[in-house]
Amino acid sequence: MHPAFSVIFFTTLTGAGYGLLGLLGAGVVFRFVPDHAGFGMYGVVTALVLISSGLLFSTFHLGRPERAWRAFSQWRSSWLSREGVFAILTFFPLMLFAYEWVVMERQGLIQNIAGIVTTVFCLATVFTTAMIYASLKTIAAWNNQWVAPVYISFALMSGATICVALLAWSGHYQVWTTGFACMAIIGAGLLKIKYWSHIDNTPLTGSTESATGLGRFGKVQLLQSPHTQQNYLMQEMGYEVARRHSAKLRRLVVNLGFITPLVLLALSFTEIPVLRLASVTIAVTVMLFGILIERWLFFAEAKHTVMLYY
Amino acid sequence: MTCLPASTGKKLGLVIDLDTCVGCHACATSCKAWNSSGNSAPPTDTDPYGADPSGVWFNRVHAYEVENEQGESITVHFPRSCLHCDDAPCVTVCPTGASYKREEDGIVLVNPDTCIGCKLCSWACPYGAREYDQTDGVMKKCTLCVDKIYNKDLPEHDRVPACVAACPTGARSFGDLADPDSGVAKLVASRQGYDLMPEQDCKPVNKYLPPRKGKKDKPAALSPQVTDIENAILRWLDKTLSR
Repeated sequence: MHPAFSVIFFTTLTGAGYGLLGLLGAGVVFRFVPDHAGFGMYGVVTALVLISSGLLFSTFHLGRPERAWRAFSQWRSSWLSREGVFAILTFFPLMLFAYEWVVMERQGLIQNIAGIVTTVFCLATVFTTAMIYASLKTIAAWNNQWVAPVYISFALMSGATICVALLAWSGHYQVWTTGFACMAIIGAGLLKIKYWSHIDNTPLTGSTESATGLGRFGKVQLLQSPHTQQNYLMQEMGYEVARRHSAKLRRLVVNLGFITPLVLLALSFTEIPVLRLASVTIAVTVMLFGILIERWLFFAEAKHTVMLYY
Repeated sequence: MTCLPASTGKKLGLVIDLDTCVGCHACATSCKAWNSSGNSAPPTDTDPYGADPSGVWFNRVHAYEVENEQGESITVHFPRSCLHCDDAPCVTVCPTGASYKREEDGIVLVNPDTCIGCKLCSWACPYGAREYDQTDGVMKKCTLCVDKIYNKDLPEHDRVPACVAACPTGARSFGDLADPDSGVAKLVASRQGYDLMPEQDCKPVNKYLPPRKGKKDKPAALSPQVTDIENAILRWLDKTLSR
């Protein structure tokens, strides 16, 4: 599949944004992150910037972005529509949660309920994003049970790492959050490795024989293409560049996405302020870069059944 | 609404005979011509006469070589277009409702006025039936010539899809595949018409008829030819007299 930059940035940024927001919601309730209002403002604003820029990127993928509002209507059947609905619905509990926490600076039942509902909606949004891809039977690399856990774990991993950086910069660094971020990185890494081994060991469904129905007569191979130049189908579904370099790129994802941030987060446990700020900042930057490569591979490695005709 | 109808009254579709298709692309070009006006018009082209032409086509004619274990091979011309599936995944993924399957006759259509061009339907279709029109920013596909088959201004025999009307060998038939007494349904029954990619569970309405078993006649032996005459005059004479 063609790795469109709009979709790569959309899933990476909204994933990080909803991951951070989901962590803040339940995190404050369960005392996982500090309930300091100043930090709350940094956290909520950062998450909103990530989410809105991600959603903005998603509209660049549309041929008719001015009609994007129509995408909220078909939630009964379409995961893309559900994604849009949840992305927006999340803002309602979030507004109440942020109002209670940041503006009124009060902890209580309302804030707790709003926080937990925000977290549930954030996770639901990331889940629906993953299901846009996981529901497509035409693409074996996406149509499996690992896609949704990977998307959710990546959202939590990047959200938690950004949360650690915000805590460090706002002077509320705490060991618990960093510990959670490290666990999230390890979890996401293991899930991604499981995903790769799954797609490497799952044969493609279908063949040129089944696509043409001519398998009963023998081995089928293309003799003449219907057109001399590449068409939309081949450009969109027939992307092959990354497959040739996938082993190298996967190592890059492991190093940039998981190992380097893990080492840097471990460094942040030291009490030296400069070292701590530097390590958490670089951890976020390197990790986001790693996730962008991971998303690029997610598309580029995926094979579509239509290419069986070519 | 992008939920699929529980059942459609008719199942209008095509039956494509791979035995008689000669791969002339008349279906593809006549489709392009008819659809230059009408429902999803026009299927635009970019750089049509230049070095890198590209464009939207609802019909693509492939040719395959099929080789059996004895090393004998046949050439099969294979027109590929929308199969108007009963369980059309391209419809259910549509976030806007622009994609829909008609309850009355099962035709799968895109409303070009509400499509946002997200391309997800083209990802969901296993057959590559949908093509994105980058000029209009919306998705386009075969309409089964919905603006032709019901057109009362046309004489009745012309109320068939343009590809069917254009096919010089009669390799394309149009009709109601839900009606067991229709010509197309009988054709499918008598020639063992089949579904493409049944493993995708899309329940395509269009059916393909397999090539018939060929005759086992040996080709006639070629008459011997004199190719290496050394004498230049004799060579010229031979060439001239051979004309």
